[in-house]
Amino acid sequence: MSEYVIRFFLGGIAVSAFAMVGDILRPKSFAGLFSAAPSVALATLGIAVYLHGAGYAAVQSRAMIAGAIALAIYSVVVCQLLVRARLTAMPAALISLVVWLMVAFGLLAMFGART
Amino acid sequence: MTPIRISFSSLREGRPYEYLVRFALGGAATVVTGLISSDYGASIGGLFLALPAIFCASATLIEKHEIRRKKETGLNGCRRGQQAAALDAAGAALGALGMLAFALVFFIVVKASISAAFVTASIAWLVVSMAAWYARRKTRPRLR
Repeated sequence: MSEYVIRFFLGGIAVSAFAMVGDILRPKSFAGLFSAAPSVALATLGIAVYLHGAGYAAVQSRAMIAGAIALAIYSVVVCQLLVRARLTAMPAALISLVVWLMVAFGLLAMFGART
Repeated sequence: MTPIRISFSSLREGRPYEYLVRFALGGAATVVTGLISSDYGASIGGLFLALPAIFCASATLIEKHEIRRKKETGLNGCRRGQQAAALDAAGAALGALGMLAFALVFFIVVKASISAAFVTASIAWLVVSMAAWYARRKTRPRLR
């Protein structure tokens, strides 16, 4: 239980810190780099190394490669939905999650998952 | 002259609950990633290290702030809000390349040195993200 409390606070702090840095930076396209900052990854990999060792964190970071490719495609889809389909931010971001899931799990299936 | 600027005034636009929402979402995403890893294995959990859970909140807040700012001047602001969120998404696409570099470098270095893995992966994220942004800016000067 305490492990998940620590996870919650570390993740919350990391995400808030990167988000605030993004908030104060201009132009907006540059600030957007911080919307895709590895904040959750830093917190999670830190805990993974502490609890399970470097090998476990290596497997997680290997799978993260697929997640990051999916994130790039996801962001482009969100951008297109906002500009061309003129959706508002929340539905565009939520609908595009389907794309992220398909690409991320597709890549993992193609290149093999190691648990 | 560098095109990157710092503006602390935007921090005043945020409501306290918005910062709480971000904190809670970040914490929840980290907890969920941990639960997925322990239930389905490190590979499936690792995928979720790049889940755009936080992006949904950021884009919505950016849109809301832009609409609020335009409404204060008597304008509708909806289209401007969408465009601001789209710019953030375009930046996030470039930032995702940095995240890819982070994951690759961490994967290569972590077995040799844990502390070096965190440092080099973070530097890789920053360098690749910024290089991608500058390259994009040179080819598409309309990005603001």
